[in-house]
Amino acid sequence: MKKIKLFLFSIFGSIFILSSIVSNAVEIEYWQYTYKARVEAVDKLIANFEKANPGITIKHTNFPYADYRKKVAIAISSGDGPDLVQLYYGWLNDYRDSGLIQPLPKDAFSHSKIESDFFKMVSSMKVDGEYWGLPTAVRSLALFYNNDLLKEAGLSGPPETLDDLVDYAKKLTKRDASGNMIQEGLAFDGGIGQTHHFWREVLVRHYGGQPYSDDGQKITYNNDAGVKALTYLTDFEKTHKTTSNGFMNRGQDGFAAGKVGLYIDGSFRISKFVKAEGLNFSISELPGHNGTRYNFSSFWANALSSKAKGEKKEAAAKFLAYLTSDEAMQIWLDTVGELPAKPSVALVDANKQHELYGPFIRGLDYATATTFISEKPQRQSVVDAYDMVVLQGMSPKDALAKVAKKEQELLDDFFGN
Amino acid sequence: MIKNFWENLTINQKLAITAWVFLAIPIIFYVTIRFYPTYEAFYVSFMKWNLLGAKKYIGFKNYIRIYNDEDFWIVLWNTIKYAIIGVPVSLLISFTVAYYLNEIKFGHQTIRAFYFIPFLTTAIAMAWVWRWFYQPMPIGYFNIMLSWVGIPQQPFLKSIEQGLYAIMAPAVWAGLGFQIVIFIAGIRAIPKSHFEAAEIDGAGRIQILKEIILPALKPTTIFLVVISTIGFLRIFDQVYSMSEDSAGGPLNATKPLVLMIYEYAFDMYKLGRASALTVILFLLLFTVSILQLWFMRKQK
Amino acid sequence: MVHAETEMTDNNQIIEKLEELNPKKIIIWTIVFLGSIVMVTPIIFMVSMSFKTGQEVYLFSLFPEKATIKNYIFVLTESKFIYWGLNSLWVATFSTLSVLFFDSLVGYTLAKYSFRGREIIFVAILSTLMIPTEMLIIPWYMMSREFGWIDTYWGIAFPGLMTGFGTFLMRQFFMSLPDELIEAARIDGWSEFAIWWKIAMPLVVPALSALAIFHFLGNWTAFLWPLIIINDPDMYTIPVGLASFNGEYEMNWEIVMTASCLATIPTLFVFIILQKYIIKGIMLAGLKG
Repeated sequence: MKKIKLFLFSIFGSIFILSSIVSNAVEIEYWQYTYKARVEAVDKLIANFEKANPGITIKHTNFPYADYRKKVAIAISSGDGPDLVQLYYGWLNDYRDSGLIQPLPKDAFSHSKIESDFFKMVSSMKVDGEYWGLPTAVRSLALFYNNDLLKEAGLSGPPETLDDLVDYAKKLTKRDASGNMIQEGLAFDGGIGQTHHFWREVLVRHYGGQPYSDDGQKITYNNDAGVKALTYLTDFEKTHKTTSNGFMNRGQDGFAAGKVGLYIDGSFRISKFVKAEGLNFSISELPGHNGTRYNFSSFWANALSSKAKGEKKEAAAKFLAYLTSDEAMQIWLDTVGELPAKPSVALVDANKQHELYGPFIRGLDYATATTFISEKPQRQSVVDAYDMVVLQGMSPKDALAKVAKKEQELLDDFFGN
Repeated sequence: MIKNFWENLTINQKLAITAWVFLAIPIIFYVTIRFYPTYEAFYVSFMKWNLLGAKKYIGFKNYIRIYNDEDFWIVLWNTIKYAIIGVPVSLLISFTVAYYLNEIKFGHQTIRAFYFIPFLTTAIAMAWVWRWFYQPMPIGYFNIMLSWVGIPQQPFLKSIEQGLYAIMAPAVWAGLGFQIVIFIAGIRAIPKSHFEAAEIDGAGRIQILKEIILPALKPTTIFLVVISTIGFLRIFDQVYSMSEDSAGGPLNATKPLVLMIYEYAFDMYKLGRASALTVILFLLLFTVSILQLWFMRKQK
Repeated sequence: MVHAETEMTDNNQIIEKLEELNPKKIIIWTIVFLGSIVMVTPIIFMVSMSFKTGQEVYLFSLFPEKATIKNYIFVLTESKFIYWGLNSLWVATFSTLSVLFFDSLVGYTLAKYSFRGREIIFVAILSTLMIPTEMLIIPWYMMSREFGWIDTYWGIAFPGLMTGFGTFLMRQFFMSLPDELIEAARIDGWSEFAIWWKIAMPLVVPALSALAIFHFLGNWTAFLWPLIIINDPDMYTIPVGLASFNGEYEMNWEIVMTASCLATIPTLFVFIILQKYIIKGIMLAGLKG
């Protein structure tokens, strides 16, 4: 009898112990958008992390890029969705304002350490004295140029200044007998793609301005600097005729097809051009002006969703710490080709002198990231200004005044002024 | 008891009860799946709501801001343009094709299938092909063809003036197959006896068209007019896939109301404003449809 | 083809008799035929692009220089395309059957019964066409979460089980049926349900076929709602799967075209099967009104 009792006791006991171990295993969900290399990289990182933290399992889900935002918003707002979520840094304020994400716990992510370890543009993740997310990798802009076309036009080496850029673009443009463009000197996509960033963070700064006030509440591009920058940008299409919005669909397609001489884009474009057969291209840092250089940086950050609470939040924070570790950054660079978010990992010589990544990594040193309230409508204001000048023949000054008024309303709305 | 009750009813009462029995399940469905969410949208239009936080009542503020937004008026006018041009053009083409296609025997099935195929394919792939047609030289087919006859290049989608029509064309194109099939089904549904009678009377072709086919097609035509108008006023897919950056540009020249609703709801999370726009779109559609139904019923 | 020709309705032959010797016919045929060629041109380009390599797709020639079936192999092996196809097929079929039954029942009731409130019900059902889906998905999602419908076929299908579109279409077709037919059946002692199911329904087979095609297609290409309700990639429908081929800054157009070509094959079959019934028309031979 006693034996049976003991036997039963030990069975129940072990079940109890087992079940308590099982219930200790926390499962958290991680969401990002679908892109083969990114999915592979995250799977790799999860495998490493789970091995080191046996109590935590991570469910990785991804969704088509174009609809990722909708999906995240609807899921989290209904109490579903991820504990840890990837978001484009420009969406931070949207997400924060809608309560989709929560601040990072200060004990695990000390502000002073973030500020000393990461590139300075990561500070755009700091709002209201809290950090709301951290990136594994960052991006910057550089100039892609077609070696064969440059050689054919008698040019050697990339353009070094903004004036060079105009000069090169003119020499690289070709037209047929009836005046139709058959080769584009410099491709801009009328404000979309990276062009609006180039205008805001590079051109406006070169002409002595800055796009927004330091607190991000006021538009400061509606002045002489902004007008000069917009004039410079639109002159390629209007005056120099080296650019035609829509030529070969988009700049990237024209460049891949070998019909575009110069093209500005991010490091994520490298893989497309490497795959393009018969394309002989190089990359250089963006041209400077009056001896200075500027660049634009952007990134995808990992943030804790407002759904993560208690032990899930702890587990998510732990995984986030791993995602932003040096090891993870190197894995990300090797798998995805995006630049490490810490100077200590990025600015090693092997990376700085890398034939393809080098110019981007060197650009990180002098790059800024715009603090967006809502990326899409703010992008639209540059696109609209461009179209007003090029399609409607408005003066850059009037165009800028018009879009600035509308964008300021958006900011006022957000900041409750 | 129940049997007694049933037997005491008049025939008309019995029929009315039968009708409600037939409608019972559908009514439950519509109330829960359709009317309730619609009511939600109406309700939220008086709120400030960013999807997650609490809804805050702000009265007519959403409507007032829409009224004062000059972009709204551009967008509303675009939406109306899509409908008042798109509907007559597409119905005229589809009726003409259906009428003549109905008479064609040689290769009838194949030709009809050709007209219908655009309706069978995914909108996004087709939008891309059309975008390519509209490209400038050296790759855009329309511009290449224009250059053959010496007409200068046209900007099409890149133009404030032409953009809307350039997007309307594939919308008309994609819907033709649908309209043609409905018209043919309608023509085929006309009882043979009508034609026989006409034949005996020695009616001519135009007479048959005017006195038999068109009157008999009235329910079909009402259906197509109302459905196509709703379709064009709710145009979205083509604009979303064809305009640069899905923004309805250049400078809002191609943006319809539904795209604006979409942007407020999912790009900016301003659900209140999006709901108010939905209410406006609803009222527009409702008024237009009721007027059409009423007008076409009167016109016997 | 010959077989199908004999199935064409008699009214055609009558029209034909009226103008047997009309020389315009050839011209009309030519114009209608050329129109149909214009209609399929974009489709031909879609097919051609699906055989191009990633780079050649940007050079817009009709015939690929180096035709390749690489894209097809990629779509069929690298993705869960077959799964997505089966999901789409199941949802679209189920939902189409539901719509055929309920929409025609409601359409018939609204067309052939007179009772107080009929117009209001009709207008109310019609008004469901006037709210963009974009504004309905949030309440639907909340509802699905409540009932545990997320990641289920039922969850994808439920909003489309009855439609204002189909109800309206069927109502219009039932309205053109002669009332005498129904009266006669009533006098013969048929039940109301049997009158609808056994007498009225067979007479609107063309409209039913048309509705089946449209609804099936609508479901087949539906994107927004399946995207929101499905988290599990195994449960994706074709359009949602298609969207996952595109990245943040790039579209793999040759893949989109290939997948679109593959996705069109089943819908083409459905159309070919059902279009016969549209041709048949209504055989009202015995009924002289």
